Amino acid sequence: MTGGSTRVQSRFRRLLGVVTAAMVAVAAVGCGTGMSEESTGTSEQGEQGPVTLEFAQWWAPELPEGSFQELMTQFESQNPNIKVKLLSAPYASTKQQLVSGAASKTLPDVVGLDGAWVNDFAKQGAITDLSALMAEAQYNEGELASQIKVDGKTYMIPVVNFVYPLFANEDMLSKAGVKEVPSNRTEFLDAAKKISALGGNVKGWALPLDTAVPNGIQNDVMSWLWASGGSMLTQDGKPNLTSPPVKSTVEYVKSLNDADVIAPGSLTMKEQDKVEKFTAEQVGMMIDSLAHITLIKKNNPDLNFTVAPIPAEDAFTGKRGIPYASWGIGIADSTEHKAEAFKLVQFLMSKEANAKLSTLANGFPGNNTAEPDFSKSDPLFKTAFAIYKEGYPANEFVGLPKSEELMRTFDENLQLTLTGKQSVDDTLNKTQQAWASVI
Amino acid sequence: MEPAHLDRTVLPEAATLEAEPSTPPAQDRKRPFSVRGLAPYGYILPTVLLIFVLMVIPIAMVVSYSFQDNVIVQRNPVFTGLANYAEVLTDPVFLTAIKNTFIFITLSTIAHLVLGLAFAMMLNTGLLSGLTKAIFRVVYILPWLFTIAVVAVIWRLMLDPFGVVNYILTTIGVLQTEVNWLADPTTALWALTFINIWSGYPFFMISLLAGLQGISSDLYEAAAVDGANAVQRFFNVTIPQLKPVLISMAVLDLIWTSQQFALIWMTTGGGPLNVTEMLSTYTYKQAFSSYEFATASASAVIVLLLTMILAFFYVRQLRER
Repeated sequence: MTGGSTRVQSRFRRLLGVVTAAMVAVAAVGCGTGMSEESTGTSEQGEQGPVTLEFAQWWAPELPEGSFQELMTQFESQNPNIKVKLLSAPYASTKQQLVSGAASKTLPDVVGLDGAWVNDFAKQGAITDLSALMAEAQYNEGELASQIKVDGKTYMIPVVNFVYPLFANEDMLSKAGVKEVPSNRTEFLDAAKKISALGGNVKGWALPLDTAVPNGIQNDVMSWLWASGGSMLTQDGKPNLTSPPVKSTVEYVKSLNDADVIAPGSLTMKEQDKVEKFTAEQVGMMIDSLAHITLIKKNNPDLNFTVAPIPAEDAFTGKRGIPYASWGIGIADSTEHKAEAFKLVQFLMSKEANAKLSTLANGFPGNNTAEPDFSKSDPLFKTAFAIYKEGYPANEFVGLPKSEELMRTFDENLQLTLTGKQSVDDTLNKTQQAWASVI
Repeated sequence: MEPAHLDRTVLPEAATLEAEPSTPPAQDRKRPFSVRGLAPYGYILPTVLLIFVLMVIPIAMVVSYSFQDNVIVQRNPVFTGLANYAEVLTDPVFLTAIKNTFIFITLSTIAHLVLGLAFAMMLNTGLLSGLTKAIFRVVYILPWLFTIAVVAVIWRLMLDPFGVVNYILTTIGVLQTEVNWLADPTTALWALTFINIWSGYPFFMISLLAGLQGISSDLYEAAAVDGANAVQRFFNVTIPQLKPVLISMAVLDLIWTSQQFALIWMTTGGGPLNVTEMLSTYTYKQAFSSYEFATASASAVIVLLLTMILAFFYVRQLRER
């Protein structure tokens, strides 16, 4: 019996082994078949049935639930042969997925882009030349507020722009004896000193310099330069960090630091910390995205604050640059459906859809003719729109290669200056050298 | 009766085992590609496939990237030998990252062991009631229940210049002014290490508690009869009995802590002034910020080699056990 049982067990094991091997083989073949069928299926569908476009972006999670899908449904009803599959994830996840996708040439058909990524993706050949697609579709480029170009070709179209004005706590200014929101650098320093003098862990300004996401350099440091009409680049696009306007900007930031009006912890402070400190009334002023107005009001409904242009140099009278970030759009170079993908771009940039999306996002439209509906929005958006119209969007990091790395280099050197380990001149010279090797 | 019974049950198996070797070789010689011969390979095939796809291929790709010029971002990368390794190994930030990683993982591991053992012994003592031990067991294990993101947020808030820690320390007079724990270059690495110790000790505590509960009370009684006091019993009974667990845990912790990324990224991001830059954050920045995938690969391979040294000791320890 025992011997028989062992033989039966042995046969069973053999059979199980063979079945397992067969299943693995079938699964492997099946996967291969499935994948190839899927890819060819889409291709065939392109000729015979609806084309499905994959659209990776971080926008849907930041919009009211379901609203972006509604826009896509509207697009699908206008284009019955095109379906859109949204691949939505938070900003940081989307960035990582796109970097990986660009590396492996497996980007989704349509991609949401940040201006900081464009140059690198374009150089990798991961995103396609939109200029050619616009020409092919005879698209009217005049409607576009801006285009992000690399070597003269458009690779990204900003769909919605989010500006970064000065946020000021009016109650705190009033308590500190400051009657008006500061409009120039001297007034700002004075206001920041007076707010800091209020005591109780309150400071005048917040400066996030965390190096993990070093966009504080773009939003909170270079914004002072752009607000005075300055530029960190030469006319031919090379770094110009040793110029007097840039030096004046860094010296001004240092003077704020020396005056002890900056909230402590700035060397590792993140953007969200800055917003939290402003919301919690630990800082009186900050430069921040308009997109955070709703969040601030939700977390502190009693906070009495306003938005204003970023203070310029005292003698400056020209148009002020205002930093911005964009929800940009691009098309993968590897997609087989460029024409269909561009139809989606056209739809999102159309007057109606762009106005609707801008209204939903509390941003400003990428289409010049689109008018966002502020009737149901916070009145501060209308104020900010006026600031935006009076000045010009300025963000010189957009379109630069390795822009995050450029910001980080600047950040690390600025930290040395703020901690007294390096002079302003040394900071600018070293950063200039580092940037010159990249740009 | 019992031996006879045992013999009866064992003998047929033995007979089968003895009989089988005489026939199967003959069958194998006749049918070398039999189903039976393939069966073992069938069993291991799924695992082999998974390991090959998920480990061998990615590691091989990273190693190959490390010997080429800027891969991925350039369409036609060329072989550059050890140039990327030379670049990484001469980068002052990388050397700083090695130093910081060494301090971070060494202190974390030592503290994990000491705290874990201390708390485990407290929970294993007979001096406390069952209820008290149950309450402390829950309290001590709490840090382990939080995800790293929550740990990072909690400690960022607590270590804020205007946070709870500074408030307490200034109120009781330990500090005169608030300290920027995570933003001050002189304190950031120690603060970060402290957070890592706080979040990681419960795992040690649980493992060592299991080890302590496995030590026979006879050993302690025998030691007590021999006149050993509490300290002598600790060093001559407890530690030798826990030694295999302690060594395995220490080596594993060294490996895990060297791979810590999320906590560092979400608290200091490697700053300020690179004082908390670790090998993990350095590699990440090279790849996803600088788009220098070749140097990132070289850095990753160096980390892999360093980790393999630790893994070697771990495996050797397991074999000895």
